[in-house]
Amino acid sequence: MSQAISVGATEKKPARRARQLRESTINMAHGSGGKKMRDLIEDVFLGAFHNPLLAPLEDQAIINLAELTASGDRLAFTTDTYVVSPLFFPGGNIGALAINGTVNDLAMSGARPLYLSCGMVLEEGLSVDTLRQVAASMREAADRAGVAIVTGDTKVVERGAADKLFINTAGVGVVPTGINISASRATPGDKIIINGTLGDHGCAILLARNELALETDIQSDCQPLHELVQVMLAACPDIHSLRDATRGGIATVLNEFAQSSDVCMRINETALPMRETVKGACELLGLDPLYLANEGKLLAIVPPDAADKVVAAMRHHPAGRQAAIIGEVIDAPAGIVLLNTGFGGGRIVDLLVGEQLPRIC
Amino acid sequence: MKYVDEFRDPVKAQILLNEIQQLVGQIEVCRRRPLHIMEVCGGHTHSIFRYGLQQMLPEAVEFIHGPGCPVCVLPMGRVDDCVALAERREVIFTTFGDAMRVPGSKKSLLQAKAEGADVRMVYSPLDALKLARENPHREVIFFGLGFETTMPSTALTVLQAKKDGVKNFSLFCNHITIIPTIKAILDSPALELDGFLGPGHVSMVIGIRPYDFIANHYRKPIVIAGFEPLDILHSMWMVLKQIAEGRCEVENQYARIVPDAGSLPALQAVQEVFELREFFEWRGLGSIDHSGVRIREAFAEYDAERKFPVPNLKIADPKSCQCGEVLKGVIKPQQCKVFGTQCTPEMPLGALMVSSEGACAAYYNFGRVQITGRSETGRGAAI
Repeated sequence: MSQAISVGATEKKPARRARQLRESTINMAHGSGGKKMRDLIEDVFLGAFHNPLLAPLEDQAIINLAELTASGDRLAFTTDTYVVSPLFFPGGNIGALAINGTVNDLAMSGARPLYLSCGMVLEEGLSVDTLRQVAASMREAADRAGVAIVTGDTKVVERGAADKLFINTAGVGVVPTGINISASRATPGDKIIINGTLGDHGCAILLARNELALETDIQSDCQPLHELVQVMLAACPDIHSLRDATRGGIATVLNEFAQSSDVCMRINETALPMRETVKGACELLGLDPLYLANEGKLLAIVPPDAADKVVAAMRHHPAGRQAAIIGEVIDAPAGIVLLNTGFGGGRIVDLLVGEQLPRIC
Repeated sequence: MKYVDEFRDPVKAQILLNEIQQLVGQIEVCRRRPLHIMEVCGGHTHSIFRYGLQQMLPEAVEFIHGPGCPVCVLPMGRVDDCVALAERREVIFTTFGDAMRVPGSKKSLLQAKAEGADVRMVYSPLDALKLARENPHREVIFFGLGFETTMPSTALTVLQAKKDGVKNFSLFCNHITIIPTIKAILDSPALELDGFLGPGHVSMVIGIRPYDFIANHYRKPIVIAGFEPLDILHSMWMVLKQIAEGRCEVENQYARIVPDAGSLPALQAVQEVFELREFFEWRGLGSIDHSGVRIREAFAEYDAERKFPVPNLKIADPKSCQCGEVLKGVIKPQQCKVFGTQCTPEMPLGALMVSSEGACAAYYNFGRVQITGRSETGRGAAI
């Protein structure tokens, strides 16, 4: 991958001794704009995120345009807000989620993710240790994804006005010349590819809430996908559509593809990769895994002659070990997702009304 | 997955479908019209749509989706009562998730929650009892809903509350009983039913003898069925075999779960806590005698209807709504005047559009376009 742009991940901390936060819980003063807020930002956030673009603590990060245009001809720009409950769950936490989620939204355009912003809403009474852990996870996830958190904002709200911690991240990345990925490009004959097992994140969150007294080893699949996308694009530069299947699961993404491209998406139940434990939990709880959230899974629509090559390339990357072709694009009925059940019947997979599970990301 | 995949084997399904096809050839009625087999239970309706079973069967066999979705048959007036209870300041109102979206005359529980009522989703009545213990200064009401399947767990929770002396727990009882309802359907004049798939989980509690009148008096075959797709096809085969051989019997396909005598401890708990109401109102079907239960006098302190004022108003079903005719199998969901137009899962007018076990919602979600061409043998080809 091109390293033309330095994102500062390896820069040293600023020389001046940073201010220290003395309190062990967040109070309203930490959002006041005064000294306490400065302590919080320097100690917790600057300490964790430090990089040359963030260090001046200006109201904005200044990014060199020439460096951007050197690696592509279009800017990808996205934002997402994270309100997951609980904050920590098997396989991740809200911080890692906030980085990977936004990195993945950029990556789905084929872009190389570069810079992220981070807006924090803290509830009065939040433990500073919790915040430090989340910030450390964010840094770790940012390093893994090769991005830098270059600007941010912090607000504190009264107890009860938010649930512990909400995070917004926005991100920019550069799309290389010639890449043209869009939900509207699915064409009859194309193959539908997934990079691994479905439903892990949704299931992990549900079980982490411990309302069901089920014990399993299910972990969230929270992971960055930008490298995997580069591997896929190297195998087939003409990937038609890409989307990460987060809230609403693969059922929602397939419906979006079907509607944007005015085609029918037909998938085979028996081809869907799933962990036995997730299958079991879904059977017990009456959940449909097609609608369960993922945080490290993508669906790709690729021309038929490139499909096997793309899957083979994906399987060489850790994020694509269980990549599989799960169906194909056909022309009718347009705007509809069909499922061949393993039993020999078929049904429509519609968009969900209401929600299966609240606050999963 | 072990103990699941065995019941979803497509090879065995094909063998059953071939046999069903042969039976259809032997049944005289099938030459004039399709056979109408009612699955009483909402769980069956869900499985039928989830696995696309109707398309796999010969055209001469049609499922009629019965009244066995407790959320769907709940009348608007009772939902209004729930909302009134939930909106009391001291109350934590607990409910199973699928009851949240059922429309009342003004709002659903979900809407009441958004407006500030403390409505919480639980997975078991015992969770509600636990909430009561944890919140001694609040009144926790559990919305008891369902047929004989859920009745024992509610009864046991009330018994537990009494034993432990928990005073701030009560039950808003909307439990209903299946037998009088099947009888009401069989007595309905416009009906053309040839047999039944009997409810699996209800029968686990009540056993199979209470269905004897269906075979003996009404001369219809009934097979108690499991919920996996092979269970349903197997049960359908058993019903057709009875018809072909001119028999009317109560048979038990789901014997791995359903003992012929039901569950004695469950029945005892139900008997101890509940008594039959003179009548209970059903959405779409109207008032049916002895079709609901209420809490006995001995447990009055756990009865939300005695503990709090409840409006208890009868609200007529919307005029354009034809849920009742769909429930009785007189029309199919898509033949309803408002299906898919004024009534959709997003904006349900009738209750059958609300729950995933409701025939209309299942039909809308899983089957509203004809997704398979039938093969020459009459069996649905895989899509």
